[in-house]
Amino acid sequence: MSEPVVTTAVENTATNKTSAWTPKIVAFCCNWCSYAGADLAGNNRLEYPASVKIIRIPCSCRLNPLFILRAFQRGADGVILCGCHPGDCHYTSGNYFARRRMTLLFSMLDYLGIEKARTRVEWCSAAEGVRFAAIMNDFVAKVTELGENKRLEDLRCKTTK
Amino acid sequence: MQDNKMTYESIQTQLVSRAKQLLSEGKVQRVVGWRKGLFDYDVTPSLFTTADDLEKNFVYSEWCGANLSKYLVKETRAIETAKDTVRTNNAMAKAKDPNAPQAAEPMAKVAVFLKPCDTYSFTELLKEHRINRDDVYAIGIPCNGMYESVTDNKTAEQAKQIAERCTVCKNKMHITYDELLCCDDESKATARSFGEKDGRFDMVEKIEALSSDERFAFWQNELSRCIRCNACRDVCPACTCEHCIFDNPKSGASQKVAADSFEENMYHIIRAWHVAGRCVDCGECSRVCPQSIPLHLLNRKFIKDINEIYGPYTSGSDLDTKPPMLNYKAEDAEPSVVYSRDKSPADSTAANGGN
Repeated sequence: MSEPVVTTAVENTATNKTSAWTPKIVAFCCNWCSYAGADLAGNNRLEYPASVKIIRIPCSCRLNPLFILRAFQRGADGVILCGCHPGDCHYTSGNYFARRRMTLLFSMLDYLGIEKARTRVEWCSAAEGVRFAAIMNDFVAKVTELGENKRLEDLRCKTTK
Repeated sequence: MQDNKMTYESIQTQLVSRAKQLLSEGKVQRVVGWRKGLFDYDVTPSLFTTADDLEKNFVYSEWCGANLSKYLVKETRAIETAKDTVRTNNAMAKAKDPNAPQAAEPMAKVAVFLKPCDTYSFTELLKEHRINRDDVYAIGIPCNGMYESVTDNKTAEQAKQIAERCTVCKNKMHITYDELLCCDDESKATARSFGEKDGRFDMVEKIEALSSDERFAFWQNELSRCIRCNACRDVCPACTCEHCIFDNPKSGASQKVAADSFEENMYHIIRAWHVAGRCVDCGECSRVCPQSIPLHLLNRKFIKDINEIYGPYTSGSDLDTKPPMLNYKAEDAEPSVVYSRDKSPADSTAANGGN
């Protein structure tokens, strides 16, 4: 897995009430849309939690389900995949395949009793900086409600506090 | 139960005589079948090359649940490799000397006995070009249901009942074959063998109806018994990758026992995931599991989801339909459908999802 690239994330202070704990979120972003969308969000000084770590992928269909599981193993509390809107894929059809795969994978995670709100797919274009920030704020809030990821964690990967 | 059912003994006699005939006529050089063990229940899939061996050791009984189709991958590849070698040598000889003698390509064929449900995985393997059809002589044989497998906590006596996978038998008809032995598919064009009702997804539905806490507890209880013997992968007719991710030392998932709940989950999620849309639900994974983990329930969940979300699909039922995971429609459901179609009661941890 490539190194997580943290872009433009602004320290979140106001939105997360008083709780000391903030969830770690891994956001897999398609190079052609959401990654640029995140850039736009940063350029516009839009705020979303710094705990959202963005990993750039060439297309949403590059996302191997193992990446998601690995992210959880290494301490992520939520994983979100952002790709081009259906019909807008840079490679014509990648996001359609990603959509089928993620649907089945999320259903399987749910079946195994892993909280389904920890995983999400959102379509977000390069022009939707505002939407990108809104999605991240909403997702972080939802995962904060859920609390720490306990069901897919690897204790050996946890850093001592 | 079907009428005029032949006993396994009489079927076995016919299979042996037919196999011997094929060998002596030179139609096939090798026969994939089931070999007798020390006890009735330890039957092993095996290769036969002589009439003598067939006569002494070939067996077909209620304990022959093993699906033989996967062995053809290796067998046909060996045949093709031998042909390729001769072709290359011929070409090299010809390049040196245009009049060089050309060796004949070795023609070899392997015969295989396939029960109706085995023909699904055979067809699926053909569809994926894992087997060269020309190298195989497929013989469709009847099946009256197979026994459960003997494990540490199940004696031969306890296992002597029709296995669950046979009670929900998909079909008594053969999909792909060269000849049928001891049976004709015409008479049972609509026969649904053992149970009238398709109860395949009953257990999956039961699990889906649990709360997410209960589901997690259920699967932890099952999956924590896994000893990572990889038998489920090795036996699976859909798992035919040359290089499996679970054999890759860099994947961090190769050949070691799961150390925590994450690793237990990961192996089984990824294993089931990799065969999603290609699994023919033959139930071999659960049959070979030394820890009796109901692995077929993971595969059936994917099958059920595919059927419900993308329309009914039976893998291995033909050679043409595009598999659902290699296909898409612009109007496919969004992944958030997972949150909305869930029927389980709300529970403490998982608050409502996306919508």
